This record gives sequence, structure tokens and C-alpha cells, in this order.
Amino acid sequence: MKTCYFWFTLLVISLSSWPLAAEDGVFDQYRDLMGDDNPAVFVIDEGEELWFAAQGPKSVTLDSCDLGLGPGVTAGAYARFPRYFADTDEVMDLESRLVHCMTTIQGRDLETVTEKPYSLRGDLGTEMEALVTWLAAESEGAKIAPEQTHAAERAMYTLGEEIFFYRAGPHDFSCATCHEQSGMRIRLQALPDLTSHSGAAEAWGSWPAYRMSQGLVRTMGWRLRDCFRQQRWPELQMGSEVSIALQTYMAVNAAGGIMTAPGLKR
Amino acid sequence: MKGLITGVLVTLGASVASWTIASDDIQAVMQSSFVTKNQASMERLQQDAVQSVCSAPRGMPLDNKTLTTLREERLNAVVLPADGQYLGDWQRGAEVAGNGRGLQSSDDPTKPNGGNCYACHQLAPDEVAYGTLGPSLTGYGARGQSEAMLQYTWTKLWDTHAYNLCSHMPRFGAQGILSEQQLKDVMAYLVDPASPVNQTEQ
Repeated sequence: MKTCYFWFTLLVISLSSWPLAAEDGVFDQYRDLMGDDNPAVFVIDEGEELWFAAQGPKSVTLDSCDLGLGPGVTAGAYARFPRYFADTDEVMDLESRLVHCMTTIQGRDLETVTEKPYSLRGDLGTEMEALVTWLAAESEGAKIAPEQTHAAERAMYTLGEEIFFYRAGPHDFSCATCHEQSGMRIRLQALPDLTSHSGAAEAWGSWPAYRMSQGLVRTMGWRLRDCFRQQRWPELQMGSEVSIALQTYMAVNAAGGIMTAPGLKR
Repeated sequence: MKGLITGVLVTLGASVASWTIASDDIQAVMQSSFVTKNQASMERLQQDAVQSVCSAPRGMPLDNKTLTTLREERLNAVVLPADGQYLGDWQRGAEVAGNGRGLQSSDDPTKPNGGNCYACHQLAPDEVAYGTLGPSLTGYGARGQSEAMLQYTWTKLWDTHAYNLCSHMPRFGAQGILSEQQLKDVMAYLVDPASPVNQTEQ
């Protein structure tokens, strides 16, 4: 194991000092080299343990949590998000659904479970990150197929599209500033075109992802929050309408693509 | 004058309402989805006329008259350098062009903002980490330093919408992202023959 970490560290060092373009080529090589050895495997295990761990005042597991395919059904569930749930009468993303299950099934305090969903740099990962990583792995290889049958789900897509193009803040940035054209990059970072099927499928399908530069698995909720930080906007809240609407916009554009998460990103 | 501006805004508001689906709700959605974090306050989610008009999803037809009026309004609002001098120090300009910090919730508000030009533009040929969202500006100085050229370039930096309404570029002067001196330094970085941007014969 130690040897494995040695090579991994060496790779991270050599990749971070890599001088020039062909950038994605380098990371493709890295992914090939790592094979199935995405460090996210440890987080997947942790997430599974947490799902089956009795927690909260009711001291029960999340095993009766309904992610849309029935209580306790985890295989393929993430690939169907975001979706409408009749019990809450809301369109939910996976993160807000997990919060719902923690507070209702396990009886845990809402404020406590939503206080710090995403790690700060240097942290070792949160419960939310671990659960989402495991549930994403439970959908690996599944076809991306978010529900668009309920009127609320279709309205959420329309809202997501409107927010995607909404320009604001001192820099006038919207999501579209960086993500409505193909083949573009910011500095050396390639930018997916999220208005296209292929761009959305690649992006949506590969989150959550292990970020080598941070040594952490990051969820799509975090990815959106950090995009808005760079847009110079205030802080996006987990499970908020904007977050769920944008995830719906991406997932529906990505429909028919394949879930490859947890991904591996620089 | 105030009446005229109000009139323009009302017209813009009407044209916006014709393509947005949930414009009545969107402010409420925004307000409930974000919280102020350090210097990134909730007021930043309020749109001005440019932001509102330029939020139309791609391909949405916009009224030509509205666009022309708004573009002219932006052009008339451009503030040229008070002393008539467009050019500062290209070396300081290089720092501004390479600095991506400023105005993010994670940034120190006591430090100067960057222009982050390299995020989107190629400039000095020996800087390989440049983005491609904007056109390459390598060799920009070949355009010369005529008054017209300098004024054009200043205006583009001050408020891109004065020439190209709904361009993706930030309004570095009009939105107060960069100071007048920083803009002068970036100007020099672009047009000074000694600037690395213009060392194209290697």
C-alpha cells in the first residue's frame, strides 16, 4: 500500500508540474495507468459503511431510504436523479434526498446534517461526500435517465436553463460564459459545453470525482458551489432550488449518456 | 434625463419579460438559494440592464432597437483617462493580466484585483497557460498607438458592451474591477513594443 501511495504522489507531483497542453492527454494516460485504482475506492467503502450504520436518535440505518426506486434500492438510483418525490412534493437531487432521509428516518437534526456538507481543503471528507460517492458507484455504467414525467420536473429543467444563462455579479458571469461553447478552455483547463448532449453527458456522468489536487472526492453540489465562487457570486446552498435546477438542466441534456462516476480529475 | 433612463429601463424590462419564463420568480429563487459569503454579497445577484438583456438563452431573438439603444448608452458612459494618458507601465500590466484573484468570496479584499486576461486570451507568446474563450491578443501592438486605436482599446477594456453588446468579457472599468492606473498598465502591456505581448519574432 505504501508503494502505491509513493507512485501516486510521484504522479501527482509530475502532473502538477507538467508544462504544456496535451493536458487532457496526460490525464488520460494517468487514468489508464491507474486503471481501477481511483483513490475514490476508499471513499466508496466508507459511504457503504455509513449507509448501513445505525445513526441518529432513532439509531437506524439509511437502508429504508427511498431514492426513487423503492426503499433501500441503491443500484442505478443515482442515474435517475434529479427527480420528483411525492412524499416531499419536491424535485430533489441526491444530496437533498439524503438529507431528507437522515432527518426523517434517522431523526437527525437538519441544521447539523446540513452544516458542513462539503470538505474544506485539508479535510478528510464528509459523510455526504462518502454517501454520494458510494451511491454514484452503485450507478456506474447505468444510463443517465433523469425523470421528466412530472410537471415539476419539467419546470425544474426550464428554470435550470434560465439560471444557466443568468448573468450577474461584478464580472457579469453566467454558467454560459464558460460552458456554452465546445472546445474551449480557461487557462489550460478544458471546459465542457453543457448545452450539448456530449458535453453534458461527460460532465454529469463523471461527478462525483476524486480531485487529485485536493485529495478529496467532490460532489456535483460542490462543483456548482465552486463555479459560483469563481463567478464572484454569493455562496450556493446545498439542496437549494438553483442547485437542483442546474443539476436537472445538466442531467436532462446528458440523458442517454453513461454514468462513469466516481471520476478522477486533476 | 432621469425620465429618459427610466423609460429605457421600462422598455428593456418589457423585452426581457417576453423571453423569460419565470422572471417573476427568479429573484425569489436566487434569494433562497444563495447566502452572502465575505465580500460576495446577495446584492450581486441583482441584474443591471446589460446583465438582464444579455441573459437571453442562445438563439433567442432580441429587439434590435433595444440593443442599439443599450449599446449607445454604454458607449456614452465610458470614462476616458482624466489626464488623456492611456499608457502606464507594461511590467505592472503583466502582473494584472496574470492575476486571477479579486472579488471572489475567497479573495482578500484588501489586495488589488487582477484582470485575469490569461484565463481567456493568449498574450505573451512564451506564456503557454492561456485560455481560448477570447481571441488571441499576441502581437496586439502591431495595431499601432494612434489616438483612435488607444481610445478603442481603452473602451473595450472599460466596457466591452459599448462595441459588442453581450460579449462574454467583464467590464473592467465600468464595474470597478480594475482601477484607472491598472487599466493604463494593461494598455501598455498590450501596445508597448517592448512588452512581451509584442515579442512575436522569436
